[in-house]
Amino acid sequence: MKNDIILSGVGGQGILSIAAVIGYAAVENNLYLKQAEVHGMSQRGGDVQSHFRLSDEPVASDLIPYGEADLILSVEPMEALRYLPWLSENGWLVTNSNPYVNIPDYPDSQDLLNEIRKVKNNLIVDADTIARKTGSIKAANIVMLGAASHFINLPWKSLENAVRKLFGRKGEDIIELNLEALAAGRDQYKA
Amino acid sequence: MSRLMLLGDEALAQAAIDAGLSGMYAYPGTPSTEIMEYIQSSPDAAGRNICRDWSANEKTAMEAALGMSYTGKRAMVAMKHVGLNVAADGFINSAMTGVNGGLIVVAADDPSMHSSQNEQDSRFYGRFAMVPIFEPSNQQEAYDMVFDAFEVSEKYRVPVLFRITTRLAHSRSAVQQREKLPQKEFSFPADLRQFVLLPAIARRKYKVLLSNYESLAGDGDYQKANWYIDGEDKSLGIVACGLAYNYLAENCKGRKCKYPVVKIGFYPVREDLLSRLQAECDRILVLEEGYPVLEEMMKGFPSLNNKISGRLDGALPRDGELNPNLVAKALGMESAYGIDIPDIVMKRPPSLCKGCGHADMYNALNEAMKEFGPGRVFSDIGCYTLGALPPYDAINSCVDMGASVTMAIGASDGGMFPSVAVIGDSTFTHSGMTGLLDAVIKNAPVTIIISDNSTTGMTGGQKSHATNRLESICAGLGVEKEHIRVINPLRKYHGENTEVMKEEILYKGVSVIISQRECIQTAARRKKKEGEKKEK
Ligand SMILES: Cc1ncc(C[n+]2csc(CCOP(=O)(O)OP(=O)(O)O)c2C)c(N)n1
Repeated sequence: MKNDIILSGVGGQGILSIAAVIGYAAVENNLYLKQAEVHGMSQRGGDVQSHFRLSDEPVASDLIPYGEADLILSVEPMEALRYLPWLSENGWLVTNSNPYVNIPDYPDSQDLLNEIRKVKNNLIVDADTIARKTGSIKAANIVMLGAASHFINLPWKSLENAVRKLFGRKGEDIIELNLEALAAGRDQYKA
Repeated sequence: MSRLMLLGDEALAQAAIDAGLSGMYAYPGTPSTEIMEYIQSSPDAAGRNICRDWSANEKTAMEAALGMSYTGKRAMVAMKHVGLNVAADGFINSAMTGVNGGLIVVAADDPSMHSSQNEQDSRFYGRFAMVPIFEPSNQQEAYDMVFDAFEVSEKYRVPVLFRITTRLAHSRSAVQQREKLPQKEFSFPADLRQFVLLPAIARRKYKVLLSNYESLAGDGDYQKANWYIDGEDKSLGIVACGLAYNYLAENCKGRKCKYPVVKIGFYPVREDLLSRLQAECDRILVLEEGYPVLEEMMKGFPSLNNKISGRLDGALPRDGELNPNLVAKALGMESAYGIDIPDIVMKRPPSLCKGCGHADMYNALNEAMKEFGPGRVFSDIGCYTLGALPPYDAINSCVDMGASVTMAIGASDGGMFPSVAVIGDSTFTHSGMTGLLDAVIKNAPVTIIISDNSTTGMTGGQKSHATNRLESICAGLGVEKEHIRVINPLRKYHGENTEVMKEEILYKGVSVIISQRECIQTAARRKKKEGEKKEK
C-alpha cells in the first residue's frame, strides 16, 4: 500500500493541521510516512504545499515524483491546479471551492472551477459553507479532510481519533464541532 | 525508548539533548530555525537546564558555543548557510584552536533558494576549515549521527560541521530515540594555551589540524557513514551524497539499485571506496544536493577524468535542488507526468500581511522620497524586503544582513544624496549597529530607518534583541538625540510621518528614524496567549 498526497493552499490557511491529523492517524496504524513541509518565506501569503507519503514499506524520497500523487487535497481552488503535474492517472483532485484572493490578477472563479472539472477525478466542496453550518468557518480544513477521506487509505475511526488528539487541549465542544465537520465533509461524496 | 515523529531539524535537536548537550546557540534563519525552537520548548531541555537563548547573530552564537566547549561541555550552534558566512571567522579559527567538549556546527543549506539569497554549499566551508562533515540522508540518520558527531569532535578535539538541506530540515518522519547520555562535567582544557592562536602556537596547531584531517579519512568508526553497495550492472557506478541517496532509492525497484553505489554521509571520504567504484564501473554518476563538490574532486583539474558525470556535464542541472524526477532522468529512466499547470494559474508571491506596519512605513517613505526620484533606498533582509515588490517598489537592495546601512554610507561617499537605508530591528542588532558606528564616526549624510516590529518576523516571530533598546543603542553609538526620531506607522499618522521623514532625509548628517509598531502576527499570538492565561 502506498498513498501519496499533496496538500496545498495559501500560507496562513493552515494545511499543516490537516497534515497533523493524517500523521496521527498514520502512526496509529503503524504506517511509514514522510511529510515535507514548507516553512519560511512563502508562509507570508504565498503558495504553500506539503508532500505527504504514507506506505506500509519505508519511504525513500521526501518528495513525491511527478505523476504519482494519489490525491491532491487543496483548501483553495487555484492552488489545487498548481500541482497537477504530480497527479497520477487515476488520482483525485479534491478542493475547496472558495477562492483566497490576495493578488491583483486572481482569475475568474467560474473559469477556475471549469478548469478543475476538466480533471478526470475531481471533487469540489464548498467547505466554508459546510463549516459555518457546523459552527465555525475555522473547521473548513477538517471538512476538506473529511471529503478527501475516501481517497486516503486510513480507517475512518483513526481519522476521528486523530481529530480528537489534535483538538484535545481545546475542550469537548471544539472536538465535537470538528468531528461533525469531518463527517459533513465525508458526506460530500458517495462512492 | 520512544518513536517520535520529527522534522529533520527536530531530530537533530532531540539527538543533541539526548547526547548530553549543555548549550544550544543560534540566530534564526530558514531552514535551521526549528532546531533552537524545539530545544526552547522541550521539557527535556528544561529539565536538564540546557542554555538555549537566541544570540545576536551567528558569529556571537558560534563563539558562545566555543566557550561552552571550553568548559568541557557539549555545545551545538545552528544557522542557515549564509549564517556561516557571518560566523566564518570564529568557525575557521575554532578548527585551529580545537575544542574541549564536543562542538557541532549545524549549517542548513537552502538549494533552490526557497527562502534565501543564494544556494552556497556549506561542505565547502567544512573542507576549507578542515573539519569532519556529517551529511545525513534522513531523519533517523540525522538523529544517530549527532551522537557520532559529538564523539568524533571529542576524539579529534575539532568542531564538526553538520550539513543538512531544506528538504530534510523541514520533512517529518519517525525517529527511534536512544538512551539518554549524561551531560559532561565542568573541566578546563588540559592545556590552557589551547585557545591562544598566537602565531607560534597557531603554527603548531595547524600541523595537528592537517594530520587529523588525514587520519579522519581512514577512521573506520566514522567512515561507517560511507559504504559500498555492490550491483550487478557495472556500466554505471553511482555516488550518492546525503539526501540524494533517497532520490536514487526512489527510482530503484524494491529499493535495490542494479548499479554499484557508494553512499556518502561523512567527509573526508575514504578514498578506496571511490577508487574501487572508478575501477569497476564504466561511467560514474555523482548525485549531490548543492554544489558539485565531490564531482569536481573526482574529475580533477584540468578535467582529467571524463568518466565522471553529474552537475558539471549537464546530466543534472547545475543549480537548484534535486528531486526524484531529475535523478530518474540522469539514470536514463522514463518518469510519469500528470497534467501541465493550466495557464489560468497565476503566481502567488509572498506579501506583507494586511495591517503590517512595514507597509505604512513604506507608504510614508515613498511619499517623502517622491521629489528625489527612484534608486536611493538601500534595504536589508526580512519581511520588509517585500517592499521591493509592487505596490511599493520602494527599495533597491537586499544583499546580506546589515548591508543597507553600510551601502548607504558608501553611496553617499560616491555622491548620492539623499542616501537612505531601511533595516529591520533584528537585522539592525544582528549587523547594522557596527555600520551605524561607521556612519557616526564620519558623520555621513545618511538616514537610517529602522522598521521596528519588535520581533524577528520573517523567520516566524522569534524574540528580537532590539526590542525596547533601539533608541538607547543609537544614542550610545553617538547619533545626535534630536536626529533619533520615533514614529508610529499607522495610516492615521501618514501625514506627520511623511513630514518627519522629509526633515531627516534632508539633514546633512546621520539621522535615525525608528518606525515602531508591533508585528500583527506576533501581537495576535501574544494576545491569544494572554487570553488563555486569563481563562486559567
Ligand atoms: C546571515 C543571515 N542570518 C539569518 C538570515 C535569516 N533571516 C532573514 S530575514 C530575518 C529576520 C529579520 O528580522 P527583522 O530584521 O526584525 O525583520 P522582520 O522580518 O521582522 O521584518 C532572518 C533572521 C539571513 N538571511 N542571513
